[in-house]
Amino acid sequence: MNVEVPELQAIADRIVAQAKPGEQVEAYVGRGGETSVRVYEGELEHFVSAQSDGVGIRIIKDGRTGTAYAGTLDIAAIAEVLAEARDNAQFGTQDEFAGLATPDGVEPVPQKFWDDDLANYATEGKVDLTKDLERRALAADSRVRTESANYDDGWDESAFATTSGIRTSGRSNSCYVSVVTLADDGDETQTGFGFSVGDSPKDFNLDKAAREAADRATRLLGATKPATKRTTIVLDPYVTSQFISILSSAFNGENVSKGRSIFAERIGEQVAVPFFTLVDDPTNKLAYTATDIDGEGLAARRNVLIKDGVLQMFVHSSYSARRMKTTSTGNATRGGFAGAPGVGCLAMQVAPGSKSQAELIADIDDGVLIQEVSGLHSGVNPISGDFSTGASGMTIVNGAVGAPIREFTIGSTLQRMLQDIVAIGNDIDWLPMRAVGLSLVINDVTISGS
Amino acid sequence: MSNNDALLIAPDVLSRVLARGRSTGADFSEVFVEDKRSTSAGLDDGKIEQVSSGRDRGAGIRVVKGDTTGFAHTSDLTEKGLLAAAEAAAVAASRGGGGVNSVALGAVVRHPVNTIEKWPDEITKREKVALLQRVDAAARGVHKAIVQVSAGYGDSRKRILIANSEGVLAADEQVRTLLRVSVVATGDGGMQTGYQSLGHTIGFEVFDQNDVEELAIAAARQAVTKLSARPAPSGSLPVVIKHGSGGVLFHEACGHGLEADIISKGASVYKDKKGELVASPLVTLIDDGTMTAEWGAIGIDDEGHPSQRNVLIQDGVLTDYMWDYLRARNEGRRQSGNGRRQSYQHLPMVRMTNTFVLNGPHDPAAIVRDTKNGVYVAKLGGGQVDTASGDFVFGMTEAYLIENGEITEPLRDGNLIGNGPQVLKDIDLLGNDFAMGNPGTCGKDGQGVPVGDGQPTLRVKSLTIGGTAT
Repeated sequence: MNVEVPELQAIADRIVAQAKPGEQVEAYVGRGGETSVRVYEGELEHFVSAQSDGVGIRIIKDGRTGTAYAGTLDIAAIAEVLAEARDNAQFGTQDEFAGLATPDGVEPVPQKFWDDDLANYATEGKVDLTKDLERRALAADSRVRTESANYDDGWDESAFATTSGIRTSGRSNSCYVSVVTLADDGDETQTGFGFSVGDSPKDFNLDKAAREAADRATRLLGATKPATKRTTIVLDPYVTSQFISILSSAFNGENVSKGRSIFAERIGEQVAVPFFTLVDDPTNKLAYTATDIDGEGLAARRNVLIKDGVLQMFVHSSYSARRMKTTSTGNATRGGFAGAPGVGCLAMQVAPGSKSQAELIADIDDGVLIQEVSGLHSGVNPISGDFSTGASGMTIVNGAVGAPIREFTIGSTLQRMLQDIVAIGNDIDWLPMRAVGLSLVINDVTISGS
Repeated sequence: MSNNDALLIAPDVLSRVLARGRSTGADFSEVFVEDKRSTSAGLDDGKIEQVSSGRDRGAGIRVVKGDTTGFAHTSDLTEKGLLAAAEAAAVAASRGGGGVNSVALGAVVRHPVNTIEKWPDEITKREKVALLQRVDAAARGVHKAIVQVSAGYGDSRKRILIANSEGVLAADEQVRTLLRVSVVATGDGGMQTGYQSLGHTIGFEVFDQNDVEELAIAAARQAVTKLSARPAPSGSLPVVIKHGSGGVLFHEACGHGLEADIISKGASVYKDKKGELVASPLVTLIDDGTMTAEWGAIGIDDEGHPSQRNVLIQDGVLTDYMWDYLRARNEGRRQSGNGRRQSYQHLPMVRMTNTFVLNGPHDPAAIVRDTKNGVYVAKLGGGQVDTASGDFVFGMTEAYLIENGEITEPLRDGNLIGNGPQVLKDIDLLGNDFAMGNPGTCGKDGQGVPVGDGQPTLRVKSLTIGGTAT
């Protein structure tokens, strides 16, 4: 992190200095704030202004791990957290692989995570631009109402220290706007949303957010339920991003070492079509989830997961790496001070193809453009690979987009879908998600409807 | 011992903080104080990977002026910290003049619905960890195809205190205990998974009343059974849902659509439908926060209103929506005990508690027997709904084909999709074997709260099954 936070670093250092002989200690100290504005029918519905802080401590002794956290930086509370983590460490099972990360000499790629324009942006301006966004969404189409227009920003500072010699601190801020729309036609109501993200409010594209929100709600008016069939689907960039994110767990080295990945034992095999290349690259600033360090304080780095369809590697934290006799790939994840480190992909990107979405659709005689999916958490099993989600979108007839359809599912398996990809779009969209969006064409998917 | 003894913040401090909240002319102020301690332990790959403790403590202050709500929260529970947060919330809600300088609080309202026998902090961590080891052993003993088991234990003890400028002063203590187990089995056709969980709003006595080995064995059997599963059908078929497994159907098909905040914005298919037939006359739907020990049980809601039993649909007719303070105030009516929030860092909104359908007249065995061809769902996963269109999905994680009135082959996982109002009308058989389901976490607007659900065995005459077999 390129901006240091000495005050928090000192707290983290003091905690680590209290390690007893034979103990490995890791301290994560964080502090942050948020502003949340919601506008409805031109009026301010709510305004939230809040700050929070906290500390998480992990202690490993004799291969046993204990953790504890508290949502405060109160000195007495920190002492209690340290004592709790120490107490908890007695009850773990001895694990030869348990331990903290150690410095590996990989330098973080410098990136900009803090924007002074955002930090200094006036409160009134935040309310005004939210009202402006709502007005633009309403103006985009006469059939459109809004449910809410929102502005959200947040900042956080954190510091990290370990007895194994890792010390790092930094700060970041971010903001986004979103609008939720409703479109009516007789008894029928459909929902839409649009959003815009930026380093500061100056980067927002309110018109695009408003137009997309109106389009999403209105395009489904009059939609019918399609007949069940097996067909070719085009995933909109927003859907592809969600699809690719699901694959993260299959590359997770901890899942692989514990027998929970469809890719276990398959390195070097053709797991996808030969023109499919997938990287995890949090060092690319364009990615919304770009970061310079991982959840254990090691440098985040670019990793090629699938090259020309061939599985190259798994991603690791120091723990999963020790389990598999390899080294960390800088892929430890962490959900703030309250969470223990896990493993995951950080910023996934499919290598783009050469055609626009319109050109991809022009090549399809009979298919479906999938613009939204639902129930990804309930109908996709990344361990068995079964894939089934609710969907809505448009028919594709003779190379052109046709009528809207809804209340159907798309089904296949993750393994088959990677082998059934027929084309990849060039329409990269750096969405605020863990994977970049672009259009993806997949054959032989079951549409389940009437 | 006076009634005020165990309060997290003294009433005189609360009065001053509430007055500060209204100092800029707001018409309502509220303090929500929370002190939560939690313990969790995780087992994976045969090892207790870690034991963890957490402490979350702070206050959220809400100030309402006209249609605008200001909100601020703080982890500083001193009077100074609370006053600063109240000031921030007041400024957020209003820039006007006027003001109030005193708030009189009533007597403390308590409305306990659960009796705790074994408080989490009176049970040793060793006992908690031992549960996970029993789960691991029991699951692995089921079949040699079981290759991985992970299990988690969690408990929390949360004290809350709510005071508002209308004089409400209310306190509650909520203890929850949860155990979950995930199993992976492997066979010729790849890997399959099984999952079971057990959660109640009581203490460690939940494990005297429930057999954890049985839970583990059920999860393991689910995974092993699915090793021979065939792809689920695609297209529309009759679906029979086993008792105690499908309350999430109602949670998604109509529960969210009956929340007054969604209704007030015209974002629900159930808007303006009060008094109308919205479901099969077999259906009576209840939301009840008072159900002792159930996962969604609360003594008082997070706005200080005692939990209560609300009839939402009676014999198919929509009788009422669910209400929080703000939405009820706007309609000039009483709230219904459904104002809930994830933590002191969140604004309350309308949320479900325990949502369930009462018994119907049919014999559950006959429901299957009378279904020529269809799908029998023994375990549902989560779901998702678009309240405006009514379209919703929910996952099936254990399901079987029904062929000629008999449950036959297991099916692979998938989603089912339907439209809420249509599915409610399509319930044509309702069993007499009511059971509550599993502990759930309901997500809305970024906040998760614990909820329960339940139903008897029932049949929907047509639902779209998201499989791949034709």
